[in-house]
Amino acid sequence: MTTRTVLTVAGLTLREAARRRVVWALLALTVVLLALSAWGFSKLVGLDTELGTMTSGEARLVASLLLNLIMFGLSLIAAIGTAFLAGPTLAGELESGQALVILARPVRRSSVLLGKWLGLVAFGGGYVVLAGLAQILVVAATVGYWPPAPATGLALLAAETVVLLTLALLLSSVVSTMASGIVAVGLFGATWVAGVVGGIGGALGNDGVESVGTVSRILLPTDGLWRGAMSAFQDPIALVQMGPGEGGFPFLSEATLSPAYLAWAAVWIAMVWALTALSFSRRDV
Amino acid sequence: MSTADAPPLAGPGDPAVRAAAQLVRDLPPSPALWCDGLRKRYGRRTAVDGVSLSVGRGEVVGLLGPNGAGKTTVIKMLLGLVRPDCGEVMVLGRPGSDPAARAGVGYLPELFRYQPWLTAAEVLGLHVRLAGADIPRDEQHGCLELVGLAARADDRVGGFSKGMQQRLGLAVALVARPELVVLDEPTSALDPLGRADVRDVVLSLRGRGVAVLLNSHLIGEVERVCDRVVVLDRGRVAASGTLAELLGRREVRLHLTALGADGQARLAAAGPVEREGEWFTVGLSAEDDGTTVPDLVRDLVALGARVHAVEPARISLEERLLGILRAGAGDRS
Repeated sequence: MTTRTVLTVAGLTLREAARRRVVWALLALTVVLLALSAWGFSKLVGLDTELGTMTSGEARLVASLLLNLIMFGLSLIAAIGTAFLAGPTLAGELESGQALVILARPVRRSSVLLGKWLGLVAFGGGYVVLAGLAQILVVAATVGYWPPAPATGLALLAAETVVLLTLALLLSSVVSTMASGIVAVGLFGATWVAGVVGGIGGALGNDGVESVGTVSRILLPTDGLWRGAMSAFQDPIALVQMGPGEGGFPFLSEATLSPAYLAWAAVWIAMVWALTALSFSRRDV
Repeated sequence: MSTADAPPLAGPGDPAVRAAAQLVRDLPPSPALWCDGLRKRYGRRTAVDGVSLSVGRGEVVGLLGPNGAGKTTVIKMLLGLVRPDCGEVMVLGRPGSDPAARAGVGYLPELFRYQPWLTAAEVLGLHVRLAGADIPRDEQHGCLELVGLAARADDRVGGFSKGMQQRLGLAVALVARPELVVLDEPTSALDPLGRADVRDVVLSLRGRGVAVLLNSHLIGEVERVCDRVVVLDRGRVAASGTLAELLGRREVRLHLTALGADGQARLAAAGPVEREGEWFTVGLSAEDDGTTVPDLVRDLVALGARVHAVEPARISLEERLLGILRAGAGDRS
């Protein structure tokens, strides 16, 4: 009974994404982004600057910087897309009475929630992985740069999306549809800014400011995972060239992620999911 | 205790086991729906206060009461959609907290919406899967035909009018071969033809032994199809019983002239009297064996009254309902 419910609801969630034209809107946005970046990267090679023609090493540095920048754009699209898809999922269906007819069937509410979550994970994660891979191929074709660990990077980007949509689901089980999407995206942005602030603190040697980034990365693991993904995409020489004083630069990451942090991200997702399930199962519809 | 000490297990051929199995088979089936002492508070307001009711297998029960009486809240508690503060629920012989209890339940909510991006046929398919039923496509289409939506099976639900959504809701409630159907205001958005269709559907469900709990404002509808009625008022059961029990009080209207004091006393002895000019309405007791009216007329004539007309009158469910609710309001004030 449980597996059937989970799969049915997951399929329904994916079908909703397709029918509501979310997929097509995202696809169009992504194609535009990829085309623009392909054009930009092709101009990068043999670019004339005031210092003369860029060396291939410089081009690789700029390429890995830009790759991270575009990946950030993709993760932002995925974040906003899934947050606004996850919001209506619970709050909207409870408000409109769609939940009423589904929950009156012989289904456990936790199974319905798991199905929705899996559908959203497949959608958001799938989008990030496919669009990110396309971007990596565009960069490889135009400037010949291949990131050191593309699979790890894409997996971490997908994990970042999963964190955000899990948060959006929790919010949508307690506040209204619009509020949940806005709060989730707002928190995502705030954590990213806090991470940049922490990076600047680190570069300046100010422990107090640096801890802002550390604490925010623990409270909401999106920024930590994003930094892990960046370090998997960037040219390892880039950071050396930038020098230690540039550690605060938002589109380069200093270190790969520790297994402990990854484990924490997994625990975080499980905890937030369990809270959502608890709040959803006690809710009157 | 080791297994060696345990008495030998009785096999299926054992006479005692066969007798026990027969005993269980012969037990009367549990009610389709049963609840006891349901209570629900929203903040300071008590929405439902100690409601107990039951719907037998194959029985059609109407739920009546004014707005805000707690009818929809009771229905939602019966279906596990709202958590009661206290009280017990059994659905088709299983505790209401067990989702499997709802496997044989079809539900048409009062306010609802289906996924607007699905077609009518897809909505039915979704609910068949969620119910864990195996219903062939022809039969699913038959449900749409029954509610007059066969031609719209492949249209998206988002373009349906309120009335068509309600028809679809009825099809969804019926599609998974339910043993119990709960209809919450099933005709609120329907035209008179649609209302007649719903009445026919409920009657055919009763014919097939499916239990129905029907919440409706349309008393005439309830009166026509229900075996029993439960009246809720301010979260409590104000009255319940079969229609014969609730409507048991019959009346007789008499057109009388030349009625003396003796005649008036004789009228009052037969039952409560209401007078409008020369018309007198006398309430008759439920235990009346059919002799009260002829005896009354004979005595009135003997007392010199001139009898112009004697008309039997039956209290409608509406009047009875209003009487119950007004009596309840009077008790409180």
